[in-house]
Amino acid sequence: MTKQFTEDEVGERIEAMRRRPQRFRDERVTMAHGAGGKASRALVEGLVVPLLANPALEQLSDAGLLTVGTARLAMSTDAFVVRPIRFPGGSIGELAVNGTVNDLAVSGARPLALSAALVLEEGLAAEVLEAEIAAMAAAARLANISVITGDTKVVERGKCDSMYIVTTGLGIIDEGVALSPQLVRPGDKVLVSGTVGDHGVAIMLARGDLDIEADVSSDTQPLWSLVSALLGTCGAGIRCMRDATRGGVATVLNEIALSAEVGIVLEENRVPVRPEVVGAGEILGIDPLYVANEGKLVAFVAPELADAALAAMRAEPAGREAAIVGEVREEPPGRVLGRTSFGGHRLIDMLVGDPLPRIC
Amino acid sequence: MRFVDEFRDPELAEVLGREITALCEPGRHYKIMEVCGGHTHTIYRYGVQDHLPEDIELVHGPGCPVCVIPMGRVDDGIAIAERDGVILTCFGDMMRVPGGRGSFLEANARGADIRMVYSPLDALRIARQNPDRQVVFYAIGFETTAPSTALTVLRAAQEGIENFSVFCNHVTIIPAIKAILDSPDLRLDAFIGPGHVSTVIGCRPYEWIPRDFAMPLVCAGFEPLDLLQSVYMIMKQFADGRAEVENQYSRVVHYDGNPVALKVLADVFALRPFFEWRGLGSIAHSALKLSPKYAHYDAELRYDLPGVRVADPKACQCGEVLKGVLKPWECKVFGTACTPETPIGTCMVSSEGACAAYYNYGQYAKQRLTLEVLK
Repeated sequence: MTKQFTEDEVGERIEAMRRRPQRFRDERVTMAHGAGGKASRALVEGLVVPLLANPALEQLSDAGLLTVGTARLAMSTDAFVVRPIRFPGGSIGELAVNGTVNDLAVSGARPLALSAALVLEEGLAAEVLEAEIAAMAAAARLANISVITGDTKVVERGKCDSMYIVTTGLGIIDEGVALSPQLVRPGDKVLVSGTVGDHGVAIMLARGDLDIEADVSSDTQPLWSLVSALLGTCGAGIRCMRDATRGGVATVLNEIALSAEVGIVLEENRVPVRPEVVGAGEILGIDPLYVANEGKLVAFVAPELADAALAAMRAEPAGREAAIVGEVREEPPGRVLGRTSFGGHRLIDMLVGDPLPRIC
Repeated sequence: MRFVDEFRDPELAEVLGREITALCEPGRHYKIMEVCGGHTHTIYRYGVQDHLPEDIELVHGPGCPVCVIPMGRVDDGIAIAERDGVILTCFGDMMRVPGGRGSFLEANARGADIRMVYSPLDALRIARQNPDRQVVFYAIGFETTAPSTALTVLRAAQEGIENFSVFCNHVTIIPAIKAILDSPDLRLDAFIGPGHVSTVIGCRPYEWIPRDFAMPLVCAGFEPLDLLQSVYMIMKQFADGRAEVENQYSRVVHYDGNPVALKVLADVFALRPFFEWRGLGSIAHSALKLSPKYAHYDAELRYDLPGVRVADPKACQCGEVLKGVLKPWECKVFGTACTPETPIGTCMVSSEGACAAYYNYGQYAKQRLTLEVLK
């Protein structure tokens, strides 16, 4: 008879497992490795980072930081492979600009310039391509940034799905700005800049596999103006920010809880979610907290400045529906707890694989 | 949101919680099994247990469709999918279920074409769109999902779609409950009955449970207040000295079930003499296959399959978890070797599986500490 462990001992054993260095042990890449959850983490931290090892990369933040003379620069890159390429509220071109701009923004970097590489499928209609380049141009204008270099490649029909875009952005971090998970302290407030889950649900519905009709649009939008306002209002009171893309708000909270060694308590009923997104999530068995956003950030703010930060966010078009949704605690380190709308509590863990719908 | 928020009202929950506590006999411990995985999910997702006194223990039952699929049946699915020209379709939860030769997700990485669908009708649509391919629907689930598979087979027959077939793993709930009641390791006091299964079969098929075992059974809905109310109804039966089948989910469940669905099931399916359940072993008359009339659509007849019984990994204690004998965290490999990203057992795969629900939502409940933290 093996020893019977207590629930607490099992909890501690799991906690230790969770903090072990990631290893990539799969024989092949599966779709789960691209979903932004635990499998993605194993791929990045267990395979890519160890091989490319360097201090900037090992920070695993949205952008890599480098210092040139006295200038602190941030560089970020992102590949866009969304299907379908056009969806309510946006398209791949717009996404490719905003996604990289936002990775720079949440790192505290003023976006300076972008590069864009296009991978095009043989047979792609010229008007589709033109529309996407125009969408990139419009998004760049709105974000006040230029695409200053690029590349195009064409692959045989069937070797890519219409078009993929890779953008890289360069930004500069103003003096005095310091953002890092290590600065997050117990007592800090957690803010989200608006409704969660819009982008992921819009894409799911746009695929048309579901026969569900709902008026949900992607939230793709640039966040630098919002970030700039936040930094201007609260300065060092802003501890850390993250762009809640793949894996959603839940994944971001887990990443910060783990790297800052703090607990986070989320008040679920304070998280802004559109009723249409709640409804689609109910039908599909998907929790909006895990659904991707493309224009929402999560900010950790010193408690005394939380209200000012909220006001600053709400004064910006990208932050009108911002809310204070939770608080940082000492316990339990590395974990995110949710107080449910039902008055109970639950653990909010990292996403596992794709958010698969429940079947009954 | 209307029709949702009403069933998640924290104030009502508190009131119900107090009334349930008042019905507890001092010193008595109550073990109530929720049969259905959907209930397990709700319990953890909303923290239903937080509104219940410690003397009421909710035990998780076998009603998770994915959890009861034995490894050999996963391998059969992969064997079908690896044939030239076949598209295998299944519900999303099946994609990560481990078989002896890996999961469907891994089979896809090796070159198979296994697609997730939300309804068997989507599988039929794929068949219509790909007349040069064979499209197989990997059917799973209890009486809840079986009617939709049956209707899809009828539709295929009506439309004369020949490149479509069904690999049938539908199971029935009553034999599983019997197996649990026959298990010597477990003492239960009452059941929360499976709401969605009951929409189809009604409440009569459970009447033997109070009659032969003197245990209350309340068919329950899937919102957190539904579950609390069901626990209240069970506790009220204890207090009144009754043991009956009651229907809490009356807004959806008719006591006599859904006669149209039952008729379709009887037409399209036939009972298998026995079927292997993961962790529970072979159970007589516990699963469905296509009836002779529709055997033409039976993938098991259309394809030559390995049909090999693959023993569960030694370390896996899914059977004990499915029967409610072990709590998820009492399993030797829980949370270490077996996690949602690398599941050994099926209970760790679907969000309705007791282990996955506990791991994702409840694990680390460390109840008291957590409640202190949340104050």
